[in-house]
Amino acid sequence: MAANLSELKKGERGIVHDLSGEAELIQRLLELGLTDGEEVEVLRFAPLGDPIEIRIRGYNLSLRRHEARAVLLEPTP
Amino acid sequence: MTPATRTRRVALAGNPNTGKTTIFNQLTGHRGRVGNYAGVTVERKTAPIRSMTHPAELIDLPGMYSISARSPDEMVAVDVLLGNRREDPEPPDVLLIVADASNLERNLFLATQLMEAGIPFALLLNMTDVAAANGIGLDADKLSGRIGAPVFPVVGNRGEGIEPVRRWLDREALPSSAPAPPVEFPAAFDEALALLVEKAAALDLPSPDRSPFLLRRALLETGGMAERRLVRDGGGPMEEALGEARAHLAGAGINPVTLEAKARYTSIRSLLADVLTRPRERRETTSDRIDRYLLHPVLGLAVFLAVMLVVFQMIYSWSAPAMDGIETAFGLLGQWVEGVMPEGPLTSFLTGGVIAGVGGVLVFLPQILALFLFISILEDCGYMARAAFLADRLFSRLGMSGRSFIPLLSSFACAIPGIMATRTIGDPRSRLATMMLAPLMSCSARLPVYTLMIAAFVPPATVGGVLNLQGIVLLLMYLVGPAVAVVMALIFRKTLFKGPKPTFLMELPPYRLPLPRVVGGRLVDRAGAFVKKAGTVILAVSLLVWAATYYPRPDDVAAQVGAAYAESIEAAPNEQEAAALEAERDQAIASAYVRQSFLGRAGHFIEPAVAPLGWDWRIGMAVVASFPAREVVVATLGVIFESDGDEGSADLQGKLQSAQWEDGRPLFTLPVAFSIMVFFALCAQCAATLAVIGRETNSWRWPVFSFAYMTALAWIGAFITYQLLRLFLG
Repeated sequence: MAANLSELKKGERGIVHDLSGEAELIQRLLELGLTDGEEVEVLRFAPLGDPIEIRIRGYNLSLRRHEARAVLLEPTP
Repeated sequence: MTPATRTRRVALAGNPNTGKTTIFNQLTGHRGRVGNYAGVTVERKTAPIRSMTHPAELIDLPGMYSISARSPDEMVAVDVLLGNRREDPEPPDVLLIVADASNLERNLFLATQLMEAGIPFALLLNMTDVAAANGIGLDADKLSGRIGAPVFPVVGNRGEGIEPVRRWLDREALPSSAPAPPVEFPAAFDEALALLVEKAAALDLPSPDRSPFLLRRALLETGGMAERRLVRDGGGPMEEALGEARAHLAGAGINPVTLEAKARYTSIRSLLADVLTRPRERRETTSDRIDRYLLHPVLGLAVFLAVMLVVFQMIYSWSAPAMDGIETAFGLLGQWVEGVMPEGPLTSFLTGGVIAGVGGVLVFLPQILALFLFISILEDCGYMARAAFLADRLFSRLGMSGRSFIPLLSSFACAIPGIMATRTIGDPRSRLATMMLAPLMSCSARLPVYTLMIAAFVPPATVGGVLNLQGIVLLLMYLVGPAVAVVMALIFRKTLFKGPKPTFLMELPPYRLPLPRVVGGRLVDRAGAFVKKAGTVILAVSLLVWAATYYPRPDDVAAQVGAAYAESIEAAPNEQEAAALEAERDQAIASAYVRQSFLGRAGHFIEPAVAPLGWDWRIGMAVVASFPAREVVVATLGVIFESDGDEGSADLQGKLQSAQWEDGRPLFTLPVAFSIMVFFALCAQCAATLAVIGRETNSWRWPVFSFAYMTALAWIGAFITYQLLRLFLG
């Protein structure tokens, strides 16, 4: 079970539960729409494994694994 | 006609990739005037709106995701809205907020921030055709009712829906006040803001500081730009007022970090309820299908490499004919001037100074145009973000991002367009790091130096049966720069650009067809900026170096050298031989003048500094003379060693091979040739590059730093090369 966004595999989805990390990173992730309760889907990884491409609020965003670790996911039943 | 009224000022704002530029072009009918906001490298683009009864000027604000002022772009945008910039001393009369209809939720984040500026506005939903194709339904009228302002669905690239916007801007009277902001914040926030507004009103502050908009931003962004400015202007009492307002928020249990995003996105959801309808199952868009190939781990990389190869070819080879043409044309012009004008300082000034200098500026244009044509297309169609996505991993360890790839790659052809291309890098530290490293890539101006040295001093032997030794040396020279750049990147990351790893959050926008007019407009802007700003500096430096090689010019030098030849010319058996001797004499005179010129004296002066590199004063002088551009060293060596050949000429190579120290030892040995090549691989002998760094960073410190650190690197590199090779080759 994935605890944060960086642990999802290609094609998997999760629900944002919380953000943890530096205030500036959190602020930017929030602005881009990663608020709690939102669904994220991992679309793919770059050929060298990093960064990740995700879909959030209907658009595509890329972020590094390091940043994806800040996105905590709701535990799935 | 109505009596001359004040020109209406309309600001255009929105997220990046929303087609803002296209709408700007549609409303104004042309590209507009591009300048810079004073003191920052943020572009200011304005143009009159076309066919208006009430004249109006459109101001294009930088594209951004949020106005929480972190970057210079965002600060400028906030200041324009506040009427707090020299260029825009009053807030705009109307705001046109552009949002991508196919990505409305996230676009409304910025849009609702802008709606709080207290400026009357209209919302433009762009690319409604793409939204419709994706099965997204939009009820513009309902949304308009909810935000209390007009909502215009438009398709910018086809010009659909633009006319109603223009008519709205041309109405007899524009709305004089903004509707109530649509986002609901918790009651405690509104109370805290009211408290802050009240306190600020009592303080002696410049009027933009009293704006509720700025105070709201200060309250929402702890430690942000708005707060810093207020504290700067209002001092202790302001700090106290902010502290009180924050305490009120904390008392209500509000987390200031998450407050804004939560309130905004919650309100956006209710604004869009029954306005935005999505298909039950998300359809695969055209973009998704294209990405399946272009971001595929194998196929995607193949396409990436192919695209990069084309970019490189374009700036390296395809622009070569145009560059050769420009060089030839200026060469012919110089010869013509020499032919029709009497010999003397004025002619030399025109040919060696002005014509060579202007030619030296214009010769870069084909490469700049070629690269920017390509970058514009890649950026506008959406591939640039994909390229950055694919390449990011290679750069993240070096403190940069995938966005640095194209600027660095282009720098192998020429650092100038490469440095200009760093504008697409959002993070300021990554951008600076890329600019500092770009001139280390082996640009085409180094090739003449390598060619000359390798042809003259590296034997054309075959290694291992197939490899050519000269070719191997050339490859090595191409690898020196990038290898050193990796080391420097790591050093910079630990020192100059220290700090948290820059974040890399990048939208991958839907693919779309670039518009020729938008691409063309940007090309003209870039070329114009280069010629105007960098061109003047390059020209000035060229003139300076010309003067230093020409003066002083005592008559007796020519007389002395001439006298030495007079007898043998007199005694020449036929006219042919006499002519040959005369040509030889003229070269000897030119050489004698250069040796005793200010630059020649400078060469003597710096000889102790270049002696450890194995150079004599003549090489030192040629290197100093090549400050305007690296390839100039070949011509200067030609003048000093009395040859008029270029890097491929056997005559010049022979002259260098036979050059000697005063005691008769050969001057150019293999270690010396390598030391010269390594020096040119690492040095910053390019006035144009330094001028462009100055222009792009808006400061003199960065070009000075580039020159200093690269010259130090070049000296150290040449020193190590010379001393090691001397040790091994004896």
